[in-house]
Amino acid sequence: MADIKARIAKRVAREMHDGDVVNLGIGLPTMVSDYIAEDIVVTVHSENGFAGLDGYPEPGKEDVDIIDSGGSYVTVLPRVEFFDTATSFGIIRGGHLDTTVLGAMQVAENGDLANWIIPGKKVAGMGGAMDLVEGAKKVIIAMTHTQKGNHKILEKCTLPLTAEKCVNLIVTEMGVMEVRPEGLVVTELHPDYTKEDIQAATGCKLIFDPNMKAMEEE
Amino acid sequence: MIDKVITADEAVAGVEDGMTIMVAGFLATGSPEILMDALVRKGVKHLTVIGNDGGLAEGQPANGPGKTPRGIGKLLDNHMVDHIIASHLGVNPRLNEQFADGSLKYTLVPQGTLAEKIRAASYGLGGVLTPTGVGTPMQSEKDELGRDKKVVEIDGREYLFERPLHADYAFCRATICDRFGNFMSAKATKNYNYVMAGAADNVIVAAEQLVEIGSVDPDVFQVSGVMVNHVVEGEPKWQI
Repeated sequence: MADIKARIAKRVAREMHDGDVVNLGIGLPTMVSDYIAEDIVVTVHSENGFAGLDGYPEPGKEDVDIIDSGGSYVTVLPRVEFFDTATSFGIIRGGHLDTTVLGAMQVAENGDLANWIIPGKKVAGMGGAMDLVEGAKKVIIAMTHTQKGNHKILEKCTLPLTAEKCVNLIVTEMGVMEVRPEGLVVTELHPDYTKEDIQAATGCKLIFDPNMKAMEEE
Repeated sequence: MIDKVITADEAVAGVEDGMTIMVAGFLATGSPEILMDALVRKGVKHLTVIGNDGGLAEGQPANGPGKTPRGIGKLLDNHMVDHIIASHLGVNPRLNEQFADGSLKYTLVPQGTLAEKIRAASYGLGGVLTPTGVGTPMQSEKDELGRDKKVVEIDGREYLFERPLHADYAFCRATICDRFGNFMSAKATKNYNYVMAGAADNVIVAAEQLVEIGSVDPDVFQVSGVMVNHVVEGEPKWQI
C-alpha cells in the first residue's frame, strides 16, 4: 500500500509547474510535496492561514503558532505570508490557486465529487474542501482506484456531493484519467494493468485515449 | 474608556445560559484559553458555539500526551454546548459522543462560507453570495436557524445566499494587544481572530503580551481596538 500511495503521489507531483500555488489535502495528497521536481518553485497554501509551507520541524524545534490544516506543527519558507481565514478563502475562491489535490470517496464521470460525508457514519465535515474544489483552477483527485473492491469512480455519485463537475484529473495506482466533455478518458495506464483490468475496477465506461501512454512513476 | 483591561471572570460575567458565542482558533491554535477557563468556572450551559471545529480533547496526538482539553474542547468536556456551528467536527471525539447521546446538535458550514458569514456580521452586510456548496446539501439543507437557503443567479452563474452570523460574545486571542484593544495575532493564530472581532455584541480579547498604549509602532496592529470591548491579560503561550 505504501508503494501504491508513493506511486500516485509521484505521478501527481508531475502535474506541478514552476510558479504554481497549490493546496494539498490531508493524507496521500500531502505526500505529493515530497516528489515535486527540485528545479521548479511551487508555493504550498495551507488553508488555515498561510502560503509557503515547507515541511516538518525536528522535535523540540516546533513553533507553537504554526500548524498546518491537519493540526501538525510545520515549518515555513522565507517567502511565507500569514493571513486570516477570510483572506485564505478569498485566495481559494478568487481563483488564485492553480491546483488543489484531494482524496475522494466517489468521483463521477462528469467530474462530480463526493468526499466529505457518509450518511449515518461518524460526522466529520467538509472543512475547506467545498471551497477548494470550487475555487482552484485545477482539481486533481489522488486516490486508490477502489475501496475494498468497491468502485469509487462511477456514472453518478451516490454519496452527498462536495461540488458538481469540479474534478479535472484523477490519478490512481492503475492510471491517469481526464474528465472531458465526451467522458472519462484514460490518458495513461500503469504497466501492471490491462485496459480490461482498469475498466473492471471502474463503475462507468472508460474512453481510452488513442495516444494513451504508460503511467510513469519517475 | 481608554483602558479596557479587566479580569477573565469579569469578562465572562455577562454570559448567560442559552447565549450564542463565537470562539476563534483552528484546532485550538489561536483560541483564547484563559477565557474558555473562565467560562468553565462560571458553569454557563446550553450555549450555541460558533467556531471552526471542536478544539482538542485531553491527550489527543495533536495536543501532546497528557495535555488538558484546548479551546472549544474545554466547553465540550463540561457539557456546556447544545449547538455547534462549525466547518469540521471529526477531530475532537467528544463531538460525536455528544451527537450520539443527543445532547449536542450541529450545523456544518464550509470553512470559507463560515468566515464570510462572520465577516458579514462584523462588516454590516446583509449576507454574502458564494458559489461554494451549489448542488450539494449546503443548498438543499436548512441553515443554522432552520431557514431555507436561497439560490441567486447572477450573469448565468448560481450562488448560495448566506446570511450573516452574529453572536452575543466573541472570544479572541491576541499575541500583542494594547490597553485600548488594538491587536495582532501572530502567524497561523490569526485564523478567525480578525473576522470574529466585530461580529458580536461583546468582543473580548485575551492577550499574550499586553503593551501600553503608544509603546509599539501602530503598524504592528492588524485589528482596531474600536472593534474590541474588553482585554484580558495573561494568555499563556502554548507549551508542547
